[in-house]
Amino acid sequence: MQLIKMRDRMNFFTNAWDSDLVWSFRQAPLVMVAALMTTVIVLAAVLAPLIAPHDPFNPATLNLMDGFTPPMTPNAMSGQVYLLGTDNQGRDILSTILYGARISLFVGFSAVLFAMVLGIFVGLVSAWRGGWIDSTLMRVADIQLSFPSILIALLIFGVARSLIPVAYREQMAIWVLIVAIGLSDWVQFARVVRGAALVEKSKEYVQAAQAIGVRPSRIVLTHILPNVMGPVLVIATIGLALAIIAEATLSFLGVGVPPTQPSLGTLIRIGQGFLFSGEWWIILFPSLTLLALALSVNLLGDWLRDALNPKLK
Amino acid sequence: MTAYILRRIAQSVIVMLAVGLVAFSLFRFVGDPVATMMGQEASQADRAELRDRLGLNDPVFIQFASYMARAATGDFGISYRLQQPVLELIVSRLPATLELALISGFLAFVLGITLGVYTALNRTGWWSGFIMTTSLIGVSLPTFLIGVLLIWVFAVELQWLPSFGRGETVDVGFWRTGLLTPSGRASILLPAITLGLYQMTLIMRLVRAEMLEVLRNDYIKFARARGLTDRTVHFGHALKNTMVPVITITGLQLGSIIAFAIITETVFQWPGVGALFINSVQFVDIPVMAAYLMLIALVFVVINLIVDLLYYAVDPRLRVERSHATH
Amino acid sequence: MTEAVLSVRDLRVEFSTRHGTLVALDGVSFDIAPGEVLGMVGESGAGKSLTGSAIIGLLEPPGRTTGGEILLRGRRIDNLPASEMRGIRGKRIGMVFQDPLTSLNPLYTIAEQLIETIRTHQSLTASQARLRAIELLDRVGIPAAARRIDDYPHHFSGGMRQRVVIALALCADPELVIADEPTTALDVSVQAQIIDLIKEICAEKGAAVLLITHDMGVIAETADRVAVLYAGRLAEVGPTQDIIRDPRHPYTRGLMGSIPTLTQNATRLVQIPGAMPRLSDIPAGCAFNPRCPNVTDHCRTARPSLMPLQAFREVACWQADKEGPND
Repeated sequence: MQLIKMRDRMNFFTNAWDSDLVWSFRQAPLVMVAALMTTVIVLAAVLAPLIAPHDPFNPATLNLMDGFTPPMTPNAMSGQVYLLGTDNQGRDILSTILYGARISLFVGFSAVLFAMVLGIFVGLVSAWRGGWIDSTLMRVADIQLSFPSILIALLIFGVARSLIPVAYREQMAIWVLIVAIGLSDWVQFARVVRGAALVEKSKEYVQAAQAIGVRPSRIVLTHILPNVMGPVLVIATIGLALAIIAEATLSFLGVGVPPTQPSLGTLIRIGQGFLFSGEWWIILFPSLTLLALALSVNLLGDWLRDALNPKLK
Repeated sequence: MTAYILRRIAQSVIVMLAVGLVAFSLFRFVGDPVATMMGQEASQADRAELRDRLGLNDPVFIQFASYMARAATGDFGISYRLQQPVLELIVSRLPATLELALISGFLAFVLGITLGVYTALNRTGWWSGFIMTTSLIGVSLPTFLIGVLLIWVFAVELQWLPSFGRGETVDVGFWRTGLLTPSGRASILLPAITLGLYQMTLIMRLVRAEMLEVLRNDYIKFARARGLTDRTVHFGHALKNTMVPVITITGLQLGSIIAFAIITETVFQWPGVGALFINSVQFVDIPVMAAYLMLIALVFVVINLIVDLLYYAVDPRLRVERSHATH
Repeated sequence: MTEAVLSVRDLRVEFSTRHGTLVALDGVSFDIAPGEVLGMVGESGAGKSLTGSAIIGLLEPPGRTTGGEILLRGRRIDNLPASEMRGIRGKRIGMVFQDPLTSLNPLYTIAEQLIETIRTHQSLTASQARLRAIELLDRVGIPAAARRIDDYPHHFSGGMRQRVVIALALCADPELVIADEPTTALDVSVQAQIIDLIKEICAEKGAAVLLITHDMGVIAETADRVAVLYAGRLAEVGPTQDIIRDPRHPYTRGLMGSIPTLTQNATRLVQIPGAMPRLSDIPAGCAFNPRCPNVTDHCRTARPSLMPLQAFREVACWQADKEGPND
């Protein structure tokens, strides 16, 4: 009996390994590299407090004398070697990148999650209720879609900030940012979910369930939602890349995360100030990290979309 | 046909009113205009008088109407930060942004379509793979990063091009242009590339996807079966059918270029409306924010309208003039 | 005997997929004489359309011709360079596709598409080509051709569109016409008209016709000879009336038996048990052996090729001499 279960489990894995989805993954070494890179960066960011060689935000451990040290060369004063150099305040670049990636990923994931939940909710309600609720919601979605999301995020952020008393602005900044980016991105989710839900809604098993008297929320959750998750996943992956870029852009512009919790965007902004004076490492490494992160997530999203697209098979 | 145009215009007006409502709410309810204008020391009586003068005690509906009326004549109030009329500020900076947007839009459009068609027709070539990979990087690079990297390479290391500002400008009537001076042209190059790169990548991927889709159609196969040359099939049939959705989406991109200019202008210290807007967000300068919002909305609405009409003109299936359903 | 217009010898078409190489057509051979209509019949997936596409050189990758020869008036055309093959398409081989809606480019008028095709094959001026186009439309039965020629495809009904498609395919008077399910997408009332039109025009020009369809009724009315295709192999070839009256291949017998007729007294239509095998699962020996009522061990191991049975008939069956259950 145990042996049979084990064999079934093995079969499951061999079947999954042979499935079209995984096969297309194996065929594209680039995508595998992308997946690897994403995993590495995410892990490094999550484990930042454990693996960062220095704590860049503890003023007690910072030594201004260590500032402006190039990568891999011993500092003139203290002889310390920093793998990626230090910035103007003596902070270890590697550590700032680890913590910065952490913030960037946190904001990015949360924003996408928010957008996804909101979008799925609106899409399902819109499809299920139909009528004027549907047309109004889709109208709003259309109008919002014709404006670039960065503008919407900026606007929401600006408004929210002016509404929040100055004392709380710093604390709330990250949450406001998450909501702003999330609100600028929900439309894609809503549309896709609405489309798929409408298709499912007209199918007979749904009508049968309704006739029996199953509660709408149950029908929606158990039947319609699972059928919709494929395209949602694609949009979520690409949306994650967009959210990361959006957060970096806003932080670069100075209207994102507060300076006490710098993300990769903030680091790049700081680094730009030192381009002309020759301390190139302050800007290069955060830039490379951001690029690697966005690129690998985009690659994954692209591959996922092609792999799940029945028309291309 | 005219019914369609009127309907679209009516929709546009409704959108503008909706945006106007948002802008007005910002203007009126966010922060306290009286406190901002008068400071801390003003007396109660003075404040009450200002309130009355500004019409802040009238019913909200009337305030909204007068706000919209003033907006229609171009009166958006006074900037909190710079103490100048908002309209003046915007108008003086508009040429800079428009020049930047037009040049980068043109670059993006031409290059995007060329590369898109090339990679669609030569799917398996080595160059196509290279272009597609680079395009993926282009989509993953945030605009500001492109700008910063370009500055580093061309302004810091190679010192070929300036890293900020517009260079020398010449006044042609009311329009301050930088295109007539060598330093002006040199200055617009990096920002235009920065702004246009993302758009170009999008357009290229769009054209490629659309064209591949079109090439799968039966009428293409039939065209080949009739012996039409590859050139006719690709450029006469496939390209024309590709352009219809491409043109509409590209037109919509033009609007977002103007919005993305915010980032580029910040990176290159380009004195346009985008930089103005960012500063207004940082300093919570409500009148400028509200005015910028209305302006952008107007641009988008007009562009959407033009694109819709263009679509209508290009695709004969949308024109239901004569129906000839005979056997 | 006059030379055959089309000679297909041992045609082999393969698809390379990640599951391995699939053989879609395996050793297909037949001839068509001038003025003759050869019907190719079989169920969906048997490979009929592939045969047509292979002949005109429009096989879509990953399919490719890997063996055999295709001769047009005695000269090989399957190994020609692309530019020469293009010269043959439309001019010497005309092809009519199934769906008239998607066969025509929706963005061009009928006039534009006709004139373009005419001028590809004949050097005429635009106005001369236009006159010829109107002539053609007249010939295929479009009323008020001179007026309707400037209409767009969506202004026509399905039947009318297919007539336009026929005009386009035959405008250069090709020697061979391949009609791939020309009536499947049309209303029943219109189907007969279109089939008659094709037959009429081809008889006029003395063209050879390869009529691909799954509809035995159309074959019975129109084809002089018929080739029955099963799982990429020919089961039987011969004069239509002979095969209908006296089918020798068990598959053909099943096909004939499944057509309801007024004279049959049987209460149930004959049904062939099982289904046509997928390309990845073609059985060894005779492809039909799992479903055949007369199967022997020899059938399961040795693949029968087309063997002459009587004058003008060929059957690919070891048991062809045996009398069937209906006799």
